[in-house]
Amino acid sequence: MEAFTITAPGDIDAAVAAIEGGNAKFIAGGTDLMQLMKDFVERPKRLVDLDRLPFDRIELDDHGARIGALARMSDAADHQALRRRYPIIAEALLASASPQLRNMATIGGNLLQRTRCGYFRDTGFPCNKRLPGSGCPAIPGDNRLLAILGGSDHCIATNPSDLAVALVALDAAVELHGPGGTRTVPLNEFYLLPGTTPERETVLGPGDLITAVLIPPPEPGQRSLYLKIRDRASFEFALVSVAVVIAMEQDRITKARIAFGGVGTRPWRLPLIEASLTGHPATHDAFAAAAVGAVVGSRPLSENAFKLPLMQRALVRAFTAVTA
Amino acid sequence: MSEISVSRRGFLRGSAATAGGLAAGPLAVHAAGAAEASAPPARTPEMMDIVLEVNGGKHALTIEPRVSLLDALRENLKLTGTKKGCDRGACGACTVHVDGRRVNSCLTLAVRCQGKPITTIEGLAARGELHPMQAAFVAHDGFQCGYCTPGQIMSAVALVDEGRPLSDEAIREWMSGNICRCGAYPHIRAAIKEAGQGT
Repeated sequence: MEAFTITAPGDIDAAVAAIEGGNAKFIAGGTDLMQLMKDFVERPKRLVDLDRLPFDRIELDDHGARIGALARMSDAADHQALRRRYPIIAEALLASASPQLRNMATIGGNLLQRTRCGYFRDTGFPCNKRLPGSGCPAIPGDNRLLAILGGSDHCIATNPSDLAVALVALDAAVELHGPGGTRTVPLNEFYLLPGTTPERETVLGPGDLITAVLIPPPEPGQRSLYLKIRDRASFEFALVSVAVVIAMEQDRITKARIAFGGVGTRPWRLPLIEASLTGHPATHDAFAAAAVGAVVGSRPLSENAFKLPLMQRALVRAFTAVTA
Repeated sequence: MSEISVSRRGFLRGSAATAGGLAAGPLAVHAAGAAEASAPPARTPEMMDIVLEVNGGKHALTIEPRVSLLDALRENLKLTGTKKGCDRGACGACTVHVDGRRVNSCLTLAVRCQGKPITTIEGLAARGELHPMQAAFVAHDGFQCGYCTPGQIMSAVALVDEGRPLSDEAIREWMSGNICRCGAYPHIRAAIKEAGQGT
């Protein structure tokens, strides 16, 4: 790790001011940034410590829920009222990382963690995300864990967050604060496709911070499920994950929201499939038809085509479980 | 207690010194206390004066911001019970408690721990009595090489404090941040179950 200085501002305006100019990074839980710095992927000269900022509260009311960006993953996962109203959040959080890491990592940091693509994290390789224009060795190389949806000729890195997948399916938004003031962005519009600029991953501008996650109130009779499939049973990133949030009247699906993780360059919503299921009875045939459509537009590579049937089976299994 | 009063590290230091004349260079360099006897590193512009509260005692340190809590404990405070395995948060050998929570000390900056009580494996035994979790690991033979053991025990103590269920399945899941490459998991689970039920 290279040498740096560190400062811990007492309020958000001081934090935004402290980040300006030079090679500086915010640090919250630090679990991802520390790894990246140890591997020389990130080499900031200055860190702005967010520990003293008051953004760790979790609040629920009639308008939904607000999770402060500095709440630890474990605090959100153990929050009883949040679990009762949005069980899928705890499901996604508890399927993430390890107990130690969840005690450290924050909700905002989880949404901003960098891809696990091995080429991105190894400075011995070119990588368009780390060093724009240097090339992507993953596309012709070891791409088993990488994206089949949303990739470009420049980058196929997957977004690794489980929480983001669940939140996208809940139609959550993020509250951002920066030099230009405060604004709210739907999480589904927060992440950018790689296109020709994979180094740009979100709509965050210089000095912008996530201050909170905002979740709308649940639909009457809302049901949900987060299903994660991985190479080992715990403490592992997703090969494929799916978040399903639905509402039903008798056996009919009245609202469906579906997001996949592990397969896309960002959390992957399926609006056409959601529409095709809405208003229809919850039957195996309907789920199977939805699964066929789910992989339309995918671009499998030499080692990751197995994710297509895995995605389809995950969708059927999740819908079967959540409508049972 | 008398037969185990010689610590492993003290033993290693002693034998390295004894063997010094015979051993090949690298062994003598790594094992001997030579580094401890040398002058502290020169002060760099980034260095900060901090106080860490470890196992109930306060320790003043002058360190760079980039020093992990793990390295500060091992290299500066000579608390070498906390182990460095992967140094990337994947193995759990470095698990300690900060502010009452189990964390990976390898991914924690020491300068960010000021004002937060830190407990390491050396701080678990009270007045020479093993913590019930330590005693259970001994009784159930919950280790082989022992390298992961301090982290396993710190994580296990936290698991019980957090009130997690003590089923095999739950222990497996809630201990997933601690890897044991010897594969002592069945004995580790048995130890945790016993110590957890006893509290």
